[in-house]
Amino acid sequence: MTLEERKQEVIEEFSLYDEWLDKYEYLIELGKSLEAFPEEKKTEDRLIKGCQSRVWLDAEERDGRLFFTADSDAIITKGIISLLISVYSGRTREEIAADDFAFVAEIGLKENLSPTRANGLVSMINTIKKLAENGR
Amino acid sequence: MSLTQIRSQFPILDTQVYGKPLVYLDNAASAQRPQAVVDCWKGLVEGSNANIHRAVHHLAAQATDAYEGARDRVKSFLNAEAREEIVFTSGATASMNLVAFSYGQVFVNQGDEIIVSVGEHHSNIVPWQMLCERKGAMLRVLETEENGLLSPAKLQGLLSERTRIVAITHISNVLGLVNPVKELVSVCHEAGVPVLVDGAQGVVHEKVDVQDLDCDFYAFSGHKIYAATGTGVLYGKRKWLDAMPPYMGGGEMIETVRFSGTTYAPLPMKFEAGTQNFNAVPTLVPALDFAQAVREEKAVADEQEAILAYVYDALMQDERITLYGTAREAKVPLFSFAVKGVHHEDLALILDKMGIAVRSGQMCAEPLMDHLGVTGLLRASFAPYNTLEEAKYFIASLNKAINMLI
Repeated sequence: MTLEERKQEVIEEFSLYDEWLDKYEYLIELGKSLEAFPEEKKTEDRLIKGCQSRVWLDAEERDGRLFFTADSDAIITKGIISLLISVYSGRTREEIAADDFAFVAEIGLKENLSPTRANGLVSMINTIKKLAENGR
Repeated sequence: MSLTQIRSQFPILDTQVYGKPLVYLDNAASAQRPQAVVDCWKGLVEGSNANIHRAVHHLAAQATDAYEGARDRVKSFLNAEAREEIVFTSGATASMNLVAFSYGQVFVNQGDEIIVSVGEHHSNIVPWQMLCERKGAMLRVLETEENGLLSPAKLQGLLSERTRIVAITHISNVLGLVNPVKELVSVCHEAGVPVLVDGAQGVVHEKVDVQDLDCDFYAFSGHKIYAATGTGVLYGKRKWLDAMPPYMGGGEMIETVRFSGTTYAPLPMKFEAGTQNFNAVPTLVPALDFAQAVREEKAVADEQEAILAYVYDALMQDERITLYGTAREAKVPLFSFAVKGVHHEDLALILDKMGIAVRSGQMCAEPLMDHLGVTGLLRASFAPYNTLEEAKYFIASLNKAINMLI
């Protein structure tokens, strides 16, 4: 699935939920189903600054593509980072660096989360971009 | 005044959020403003906007009267001995920085000690740390008792020959307990040590009489007690304020300015450099009038007591929940707690979508969070315009949110 197709898929999945609580239920499920993140990887340099909860993000490059793993101590945040990496994992550095990440606004995540939370989301996106541009 | 009449003075309480009625339980961060405060604020901007004190024209006289009238109102509200003991600042933080700087300048030297409690807001820790760095003094930390209260006996044990000031909170913005300030002050005074009380929460929940408490300084913010933002008060005993140098230099705080040397204005102007927040400070009058009126209202006291009892019991009985600040006899309706296996931020996000405004995180009290061994807490803080019905909706919603998350 291309990056565009995957983004479209996420937008459609989210459009199924009218109620905010249902969107949160969905994010909670995503968070719970995220692959376990090794404790030893929870280091200061993998911690994303600017979130109220703690979020760790790691990237590995295989065959010219980036694969992300992540964790958070808050489950909704974990759901959001899980959603992001399900979209951007397996893409090339160029694809990610060139993306505008506008789909997060389309699914209403950005505006409907509180400012501190939106900052957290912005920090997550910036970290993904930075990893794509510079590597760790 | 019935509760309905009180609520009708706060149009913002009729707000709908995400299609649900707003339940505002973040009052410890900032209270809502009654219509009388909004009207006063608007009236000042529209009707008597002019810089205060110096000009001789009509508008300036009006603005000055409003501003100085607020000083008289604060004096009576705190039962200060003299109006010169009331200094206007931008908020409790500014008030405490003022004392840390100006008192510290004269009375704190290398090797001296300053005592703060572990439950202080950052605003009553960091200015003292900065002073300690400047002067080579040491910060000593008073721990709370198991139930969250500060103990006079424990404080007594921490006082030394080198203690120069004790800075403690009246009511912690996390623990929601009324500390025995009078007794704490008394043990300090026996040792000849002055006391600053952070009253940011205390002034909202308790009737404050600074002469009875006998504290040396009392600081609070206007916006937490229904006044405009950017207003704050420092009460200081005259003997200290007289002995302290100005905090900032500039307009209004001077007597004469010469390059050969400047002399300072008498109290309280000595501490009010630059253009003051003259459009906002007079809102303290209707705000404090409101605070006093609701405090004397039996219907309000009954409802607050019912809320306190209901929420306290609900949180204490739930095995998933740990409430911090449990001393029931000293408790005000301000509750900070952790839920086992659930992150406070997740709860706050879900409650928000149920229309409930609560605070999550460290509440500007990181040392206390470390002391309690938590990364953050969820806080619900009630005001006199909150109802028992809202408290019940909060507890039911909290339960629903917890079930969504575990």
